[in-house]
Amino acid sequence: MGNEEKQNKVLGEGKGKYRVIGTRPVRPDGVDKVTGKANFGADLNVADMIHGRVVRSPHAHAKIKSINVKKALALPGVKAVITAADFPELGPGDIAAGEVTVSFHDMSLTVIARKKALYDGHAIAAVAATTPEIAARAAELIEVEYQVLKPVMTWKQAMDPTAPLLHEGQITKGVKPAPEKPSNVAARSEFALGDLAAGFAEAEVIVEHEFSTETVHQGYIEPHACVASMSADGMATVWASSQGQFMVRAYVAKLCGMDISKIKVIPAEIGGGFGGKTVVYLEPLAVALAKKSGRPVKMVMTRDEVFRATGPTSGGHGRCKIGAKKDGTITAADLEMEYEAGAFPGSPVMLGCMTGTTPYDIKNMRAVGYDVVVNRPKAAAYRAPGAPVAAFIVESTMDMLADKLGMCPLELRLKNAAKEGTKAPYGPKFLAIGYEDTLLAAKASKHWNTPLGPNQGRGIASGFWFNIGGNSSASVALNEDGTVIVVEGNPDIGGSRASMAMMTAEVLGIDVSRVKPLVADTESVPYSDLTGGSRVTFATGKAVVEAAQDVVKQLRQRAAKIWEVDIDQVEWKDGMAVAIETDKYKPLSIADIARMAGKTGGPISGKANINAAGAGPGFGTHICDVEVDPETGYVKVLRYTAIQDVGTAIHPSYVEGQLQGGAAQGIGWALNEEYVYSKEGNLLNTGFLDYRVPVASDLPMIDAILVECPNPGHPYGVRGVGEVPIVPPLAAVANAVSHAIGKRVDSLPISPPKLLAKIQSKG
Amino acid sequence: MAEIQYAAPATVAAAVKALDAAKGKAKVLAGGTDLLVQLRAGRVNANTLVDIKHIPELRKVKKDKGGYRIGAAVSGAELGESDDFRATWPGVLEGFELIGSTQIQGRASLGGNLCNGSPAADSVPGMIAAGATVTIAGAKGTREAKVEDIVTGPGKTSLKPSEFVVSINLPKRAKRSGDAYLRFIPRTEMDIAVVGAAVNLTLDAKGVCTDARVALGAVAPKPLLVKAAAKALVGTKVDDAALDALAAAASAACDPIDDKRGTIEFRTKVAGVLARRAALIALERARKNA
Repeated sequence: MGNEEKQNKVLGEGKGKYRVIGTRPVRPDGVDKVTGKANFGADLNVADMIHGRVVRSPHAHAKIKSINVKKALALPGVKAVITAADFPELGPGDIAAGEVTVSFHDMSLTVIARKKALYDGHAIAAVAATTPEIAARAAELIEVEYQVLKPVMTWKQAMDPTAPLLHEGQITKGVKPAPEKPSNVAARSEFALGDLAAGFAEAEVIVEHEFSTETVHQGYIEPHACVASMSADGMATVWASSQGQFMVRAYVAKLCGMDISKIKVIPAEIGGGFGGKTVVYLEPLAVALAKKSGRPVKMVMTRDEVFRATGPTSGGHGRCKIGAKKDGTITAADLEMEYEAGAFPGSPVMLGCMTGTTPYDIKNMRAVGYDVVVNRPKAAAYRAPGAPVAAFIVESTMDMLADKLGMCPLELRLKNAAKEGTKAPYGPKFLAIGYEDTLLAAKASKHWNTPLGPNQGRGIASGFWFNIGGNSSASVALNEDGTVIVVEGNPDIGGSRASMAMMTAEVLGIDVSRVKPLVADTESVPYSDLTGGSRVTFATGKAVVEAAQDVVKQLRQRAAKIWEVDIDQVEWKDGMAVAIETDKYKPLSIADIARMAGKTGGPISGKANINAAGAGPGFGTHICDVEVDPETGYVKVLRYTAIQDVGTAIHPSYVEGQLQGGAAQGIGWALNEEYVYSKEGNLLNTGFLDYRVPVASDLPMIDAILVECPNPGHPYGVRGVGEVPIVPPLAAVANAVSHAIGKRVDSLPISPPKLLAKIQSKG
Repeated sequence: MAEIQYAAPATVAAAVKALDAAKGKAKVLAGGTDLLVQLRAGRVNANTLVDIKHIPELRKVKKDKGGYRIGAAVSGAELGESDDFRATWPGVLEGFELIGSTQIQGRASLGGNLCNGSPAADSVPGMIAAGATVTIAGAKGTREAKVEDIVTGPGKTSLKPSEFVVSINLPKRAKRSGDAYLRFIPRTEMDIAVVGAAVNLTLDAKGVCTDARVALGAVAPKPLLVKAAAKALVGTKVDDAALDALAAAASAACDPIDDKRGTIEFRTKVAGVLARRAALIALERARKNA
């Protein structure tokens, strides 16, 4: 593909410092996954199981006048039919849940519509029958009478004062004084630093432009799937593929009106989530059907259902204005954005406001966001929710500023780069961060210094993501032979079994092959927040390190007991208890101590239950080369390099994989992915044929350069790495295409029909 | 999905009988790469599937009077194994080989791609440009038809309920002739043509084009044979002026729709671009085929 030489590299401090960390062992879950033995959501079958099916709205916006289930119930083989009437009606009110806030009122109405259908595919009812075929036939027999309303499909239509309202009485939050009239704008948020007017007055060059993007889906391979059963005494068991077994438990409890202790959730392997499995769709329906039918109920979505009814992320629109001195010093930045939330409030526009300009030290800035409801499925989290669209807008404007200043876009970024001590728009001052290092690595890369051919263009863009910590639990148990089991409460999405095993091995000073990681159910490990926010390697990793340290302390105690010395006289070194300042005692290995554990006080295990603070923010810089066919508007990505401050890469291959995967998704977002709706509001591209994620042959090998600037908040310097890589690509691709054609590309996706029209337009 | 009868006849006559008995409720199954997907999605209703893969002659590629008779159920992978065919009709084969993935190529057939009736079928413009005919078996006997007369609209063909395509027949390759097929998709593979263009042309000893056929896919309710575009090449040395005229004629022939895959404007423009590019490849091949 032009760059035969493998460019992946690790730069920075971590190299060679550790025994296990930074090596690349085979992942513990790898063999099962490549041989097809791993059990994903749809793989589980239990005795007496029946099959559920959801009846979905064919209308984007409609009042539900009546639902008649008589004919469906009369069909032989049908065991239960449910509607919203089978669930408690939940009041309004939001609760914080990791990266997003959750309204159980809205969530219950997303799981099953009550009075109104708010998007094509909205769940209206569900049936369970002895076979999937009977369930499908029964679903067709459910008669729903709708009063079809005019659909509101875009932020622009929704903000029109004459637009139909999705939610009667919705008053925009975050505006003072509160508006008197209800609207489709759910909330306004604003973040600001300094004095905007003074900043622009100081500017010698100002650029301003408008941008737009479309709704995109996470595109995970595995459709949502679960099995639920309920015992005669009301105890539920749910097997589900999700980003958090404790999340599923909490949400099912609330939505079904049950105590948490009556629900056990067993995590299946997850075939991709990217944020889209941080919510529940099927699980509460399956539990309600299981309760009503007395049989275990399996539910598996089709791809069509996944696209129509599960979490895409918001399409957005925005204006950005940046002012700078002639030397490139930015004096002011103003960002205003509208994101489409889908049918219920909660687009990630606030997170967009908090992240868009954050790679830069800008003294005077403002970011305003509007959360706008439209008749599309409710947005769910998608990798760095809100940040990619904001970065597309800001990083494209930065590129225009560089053009106008006649300055290299990389130098412009270097000149204004956030550093340790820079105040972020959302409040805090940064501790050690490696953003500048990513730019310097880009500048020194072979890629940046390779000349381009005709019809080719190069784009550069940066991105920021907070990364979070949160609640995590872990335990480490020593087996009788000295091998170790480490238990976590987070589904393994990005290789966390490997990283947990490696951190355990590092602390214990043993080979990683002697550590077996386990992702446990909700009754076998204490509570952990869901897998999201790039938190697991950091926060659950921190818990694992503490649990392993707990074990080390016990190992030293046992050795001290055997040797009849004080524990302070025993150190733990290379997997051995060693007596300090004497060679009187032969060092004891972990296996030696394990063997004698019964005689020295019983089994040994460690645990940690923490709320991890100190998550290190992440920054990345991506370089993209494209070639544009000027006669067709086809864009070929020629070369792509993703550079990121990753703190410390526990397993560099999986960190590189995160960078490559994020870049691939971002390239798809930039070039071809979009929800296409009919005038009536029906989704037209409900499969991967016409919802075009890149296929392998569409992409070059994506080179990953890991910059290691250790996070002071983690014992091994870990920063979250999973989300930053999807933030820069939209702008990196758009900037590359803009340079290739000599015109500013400001609307995503850059699909060939759109780009060809742009190329052939005047001006 | 209702219950479906499955028949796997071993002869053409038995297949015709099964189709006739189903009175229009049968679907012909070859590779099934379109049909099975459509059945699962509920887009097609049928009470009988007549699997023609088990009829030996439908799985054979035969040389016939200097041309080819390709059994309607021959898969892309099987036809692709013939170096002779690849050298003779590269444009037909490259259209066929664009269908689906490697796995799909093990099943997909020329007959199926044609009779599925898609205006965007990748193998059809190449067959039309090649001047291919089909042999059709039916209750009233066997008949021949031109490929361009089979598809009548999206999902519709001129075949009678008892009829099915037995073979695709390619004529003898003229000296100094060559063909090519190009399609536009937003990706590199695993996609459906937004525009397809096939050109088959013949040169005389001086390099003047003496015969040409141009076909377009995905730009009208059915694959098009564009005579005006061919006319633009005949009598020329396929120079820039001729290619411009070809492109203009190809664009002018388009009658596309706006849909999730492309716009009217885009399809119309790109049809001309691809026809021109395909003509250049065909020209190159014709020159080498001296």
